[in-house]
Amino acid sequence: MSIMEIIGGTFIIIGSIFLFLGALGIFRMPDIYNRLQAGTKATTLGGMSLILGVGFLEPSWMMKMIIIIIFIAYSNPISSHALARAMYKRKRYPLILSEDKENMDAYSEVNPHEKEEVKS
Amino acid sequence: MTIIITIALSFMVLGFIFSAIRFVKGPTAGDRTVALDTITTIAVAAIVLLAYVFQRFIYVDVALLYAVLGFIGVIVIARYLEGAL
Amino acid sequence: MIGAAVYSIRQKDLLYATIATGIISLVLSVLFYLLQAPDVALTEAAIGVALTTIIFIITIRNTVRYEDEHDNKEKFKSGVK
Repeated sequence: MSIMEIIGGTFIIIGSIFLFLGALGIFRMPDIYNRLQAGTKATTLGGMSLILGVGFLEPSWMMKMIIIIIFIAYSNPISSHALARAMYKRKRYPLILSEDKENMDAYSEVNPHEKEEVKS
Repeated sequence: MTIIITIALSFMVLGFIFSAIRFVKGPTAGDRTVALDTITTIAVAAIVLLAYVFQRFIYVDVALLYAVLGFIGVIVIARYLEGAL
Repeated sequence: MIGAAVYSIRQKDLLYATIATGIISLVLSVLFYLLQAPDVALTEAAIGVALTTIIFIITIRNTVRYEDEHDNKEKFKSGVK
């Protein structure tokens, strides 16, 4: 294996692990905003890393890979932002952390916005 | 190199399965749209990797088109949910 | 893809069915791609991602979102915005 293949393979493995972690994040997270963060940031980094790895494996393809990376880097945050703004305007507020000091990750059962009208 | 590509493709298939589970389970429309966005990004990466496997340069154009157009559907759904379409 | 298609038919909420249509188009495009037909995959991507979703969303905006079994006709008459 040449040095370019080692670099490209490392980028491909890192990118695929980040893609998998992003998908696992949107499966595990409890809230729409947490899911947006996990499903958009992690998959953006994973996709960019994997495409860069393929560009290292085939150096003559590098220009088009960089174009794809630029398009991913501007299109993914746009869709994430539009979706978060739409969810906020539909009055789906984020969950609030509970007051329990023992279990820091628990979310409170009480909805502080329950007076508001909540639509799906 | 075959082992690396096999591992990467199996990670991507697992990611697709988890996103599909979230799409079926998701309580609101926003969760399902997030799942669609994630699946689009995974598909772009998989198409580029498969273009390297097949050794065809022209196949990368499909990934380029998805990277350019993939967010339009999400934006239209978001504008509809916002009520401002 | 078959699961998404069955979900899209059985679903009563038409917005969810539209999102499922996007997933169908995506998997179908990857399938065309695996069968060594990148031009068909290119066309399917352009049509399925942008055009179908926009047309369905505009149709849902102009009619009703939820599909009811029994009083569909009355709701369609009174529910048009």
